[in-house]
Amino acid sequence: MNTIRLSINGQVVEVEKGSTILDAAKKANIHIPTLCYLPEVQAIGACRVCLVEIEGIGNLQAACVHPAIEGMKVHTNTEKVRKARRFSVEMILSNHPMECLTCARNLNCELQKVAQELGVNEIRFAGEKSKGIIDESSPSIRRDNNKCILCRRCVTVCEAIQSVSALSLQGRGFETQVMPAFENGLGEVACTNCGQCSLVCPVGAITEKDDTQAVWDALSDPTKFVIIQDAPAVRAALGEEFGYPPGTLVTGKMLAAARKLGFDRVFDTNFAADLTIIEEGSELLKRVKEGGKLPLITSCSPGWIKFIEHFYPELLPHLSTCKSPHQMLGALCKTYFAKKEGINPKDMVVVSVMPCTAKKFECTRPEMTDSGYKDVDYVLTTREFAKMIKEAGIDFRNLEDGTYDNPMGEYTGAATIFGATGGVMEAALRTAYELATGKTLEDIDFVQVRGLNGIKEATIPVEGIGDVKVAVAHGLGNARKLMERIKSGEAGYHFIEIMACPGGCVGGGGQPIPVDARIRTLRAQALYSEDKSLKYRKSHENPSIKKIYEEFLKEPLGEKSHKLLHTKYTPRNRY
Amino acid sequence: MNIVRNHILISIDAGTLMAGARAVEDALIKELTKYGLDKEVSVLETGSLGITGRGVVLVVYPEGIYYADVTIKDVPELVEEHLLKGRPLKRLILTEAPKRTIITKEKTGLLKEQPRIVLKNCGFINPENIDEYIAAGGYEAIAKALQTMTPEDVVNEVKESGLLGRGGAGFPTGLKWEFAIKTPGDEKFVICNADEGEPGTFKDRLILEGDPHKLLEGMLIAGYAIRATTGFVYIRGEYSLSIERIEKAISDARSYGLLGKNILESNFSFDIFVKKGAGAYVCGEETALIESLEGKRGHPRNKPPFPINAGLWGKPTLVNNVETLANVPEIIRNGAAWYKGYGTEKCSGTKVYTILGHVATPGLIETEMGTTLKDIIFEYGGGIREGKAFKGALIGGAAGAFIGPEMLDVKMDFINLREYAAALGSGAILVMNEDTDMVDMLKSVLHFFKHESCGHCAPCRLGTAKLVDIIDEIAALKGKKEDLERMVEITQAMKNASFCPLGQSVSLPVSSALKYFRDEFMARVS
Repeated sequence: MNTIRLSINGQVVEVEKGSTILDAAKKANIHIPTLCYLPEVQAIGACRVCLVEIEGIGNLQAACVHPAIEGMKVHTNTEKVRKARRFSVEMILSNHPMECLTCARNLNCELQKVAQELGVNEIRFAGEKSKGIIDESSPSIRRDNNKCILCRRCVTVCEAIQSVSALSLQGRGFETQVMPAFENGLGEVACTNCGQCSLVCPVGAITEKDDTQAVWDALSDPTKFVIIQDAPAVRAALGEEFGYPPGTLVTGKMLAAARKLGFDRVFDTNFAADLTIIEEGSELLKRVKEGGKLPLITSCSPGWIKFIEHFYPELLPHLSTCKSPHQMLGALCKTYFAKKEGINPKDMVVVSVMPCTAKKFECTRPEMTDSGYKDVDYVLTTREFAKMIKEAGIDFRNLEDGTYDNPMGEYTGAATIFGATGGVMEAALRTAYELATGKTLEDIDFVQVRGLNGIKEATIPVEGIGDVKVAVAHGLGNARKLMERIKSGEAGYHFIEIMACPGGCVGGGGQPIPVDARIRTLRAQALYSEDKSLKYRKSHENPSIKKIYEEFLKEPLGEKSHKLLHTKYTPRNRY
Repeated sequence: MNIVRNHILISIDAGTLMAGARAVEDALIKELTKYGLDKEVSVLETGSLGITGRGVVLVVYPEGIYYADVTIKDVPELVEEHLLKGRPLKRLILTEAPKRTIITKEKTGLLKEQPRIVLKNCGFINPENIDEYIAAGGYEAIAKALQTMTPEDVVNEVKESGLLGRGGAGFPTGLKWEFAIKTPGDEKFVICNADEGEPGTFKDRLILEGDPHKLLEGMLIAGYAIRATTGFVYIRGEYSLSIERIEKAISDARSYGLLGKNILESNFSFDIFVKKGAGAYVCGEETALIESLEGKRGHPRNKPPFPINAGLWGKPTLVNNVETLANVPEIIRNGAAWYKGYGTEKCSGTKVYTILGHVATPGLIETEMGTTLKDIIFEYGGGIREGKAFKGALIGGAAGAFIGPEMLDVKMDFINLREYAAALGSGAILVMNEDTDMVDMLKSVLHFFKHESCGHCAPCRLGTAKLVDIIDEIAALKGKKEDLERMVEITQAMKNASFCPLGQSVSLPVSSALKYFRDEFMARVS
């Protein structure tokens, strides 16, 4: 017998063994409210919102953790249940600052939603509120523990999914706070800035550090020449902020909105993604031919970079020296483009719209000043960008599709799939194969490296080189597994792609909330469909890329590339 | 062989150590040597003599005279008078000294006689000497089990004895063992819960300090019964003497082949390890204890699965309290029928209590289940100090219930107290005299809960804080009548909604305080 039959509100449900009451209720289309529960991340029964009554058990039980048991009789809508659920929410609200109107998560807050759903319309319990710290030590993440409801999703995602464990519970009972150990700030510990905590936070306790005002200031300053660039994953998710279903591609509206906001040039990070492929592909071939450090590991995910610096500094020589695409573009704006247009790079402001919180940290790294200035001045998340569009009163849904500017806007399908896990690998294989063999690759869809499996592997036969063994990991927990395989020497890979966030950049820490496996898949599909629709689908075929090498960079891995497009890494401590 | 005419047993427990027991012991030996009495009078260390809060306590045999509050300044006089001249030193004699019978059920008519099963050796043998434990019949029970009983026999014997878990909930021990033996698993664990955290409770500490081998033997029998291979004693980190003694006992038992491989040449192998807790009250809850034992933050786990199915590192795990396990060797040695001769019909055996508060002789006692509260307080505890009147008591620690004078005749056992919406709990009896402010008492209990709530679930983490807000207002005469109802509402909601027994049990002290002392609360609110 692998199934269990139980009754919920008198309705008999049959579920697989190992299911919870919540699973069973879902199957029976019976809604049980939840708050701390998050599929794929955690079920800990801590908030006591999903309480149900089970005949024969005196205390109410949390549906998210209580197993479904043969013959059990569950009731989800009794007076006892309604009272207890309301009590739990009332208690949480009694300790909440109630700054809803000014909160980043207003109208997209799970606490608001559940309070409304349970009919909590009065806060009867006054009294002392717990004193939470406000942690602004990180350039990426801001945490306001006064808003924290101690659901612990952030702790779990950081530990179980990302294997970073930067956050944990400190203190006990009423004084419990989510914090790094020893009450350090997030900016002072081995945090990768991936921002997954901000994605799973049900309330406004964890948000990206808000850089919108700095960008408004730049836009309002007539002496500044302000450039914007958008990452590939942004176009697959930005629409969600404006009511489009997940997986709606809004490239044209995104570009049009950027122009309406008053940016002087609208470039595209995808252009730099193509450039990355040329540089990184060349680096791979060089290492393979000259016996360099293998496997080569991608370096476009700054969360991943900080992770390897902290946890596997001994493996840093495996990293590609390529900067992440938006940093390449930033450096080129303030050199190549500034010279071409006769603009003083001092007066230039480069703003990157990214699905990412780690890039906020990345642009502050001292290595990222090869143009002689801060290569990228500000990084906005997809969420912040949407906020600016709304604030500017732009009617996003009715915008005419816009276009990018030249010379750094044109891109190929290879670049746009950077936003999904496996995309960089696929793009690199398309180019590296042709560079290595001099032959045209006919079947360019490397479907083996697509999708949401944690670690994906493929072996590609390349004429003249032999079998090229590759692996792709997304989510830092999976990255850790791959690093252990490399350390144990069992792997024998040539090339590895790693993205810090589950699903790759489509599931980035700066993306619209919520995110789950279904939404990650839909966003990725949007990118793959854009890839299919584009004229050029291999980075080395991008005419603008050819042009920048002719006009400025001269050759891949050349002197200028080395100075502007490549970087060095910093070994860091774990503690 | 040397003839010894007097034995002085000095109580070495955490309390007497702080009062300078070792210095008194040294002074005694020195003084006896001075008179050349050191061959005739032997000074021996033992565990708690059952008397607390009275400084250094010792007993001189064969007279059986208890002395309390002994300091090194008293030693010359004590030795000269009692041991040289044979005249007991009246000014230090403890007149309320407890008496006890030792596992025989002699009826001498003296209520103060305690039938001792668990505390049989406490205050008699040197807890640091395994030979003394063996001489007192120790490790006979495990030998009997290994040589004459199957594990199922052992489980049946314990089941038959009617022993209820002494950790507080009173769950039938034999039944728990039966679940454990029936759970399949290649590796099972026995955990002794020695994380005694209920305020006012120190019985487990004194059992551990006074007779550590008894616990080890109980764990061995449990291990054999459920086919476990490893045992852990999870003990409060603050219990340094207990830790020292249990660790010495383990090492001595290992060297005697009583722990380790093929115990007493049987096929049974079992070893025991000590794990120190970090002082969280919630870690007395068995699943939080297991989390802590695994090295994690002390938060409770959801049940089911119960530890018996998936406990320590996911393996079947039996968790029993110190006192529960300390009953087991005597049950196996003397049989279930003998054990059932003690106590009440539904609740057999004895119970170890700690009596404290405004009683004349606070301390540790063991009496039969079913003894009335009146006898415990007025006979064993010597009544209320300074001739004051009895007002009430808090039974079973912070998670226990307040009772008033009308409850004095209630027979104390797990089953009976449930009928009165009270609980035997940990066996702590905090006695309060007529001057006690009950609002203040409840305030201190609620502050305790707020401090000790682990923070895992919202109703407990925040409910305990709200209760503190309210009781503080009432204590400061700023409360309203509705606040009393609100407290009840919060604790009732916490009882229904909280994750673990910590939050669920706050309703007991609140509702009982308001039941028995309502007038006092009403007088404080507007």
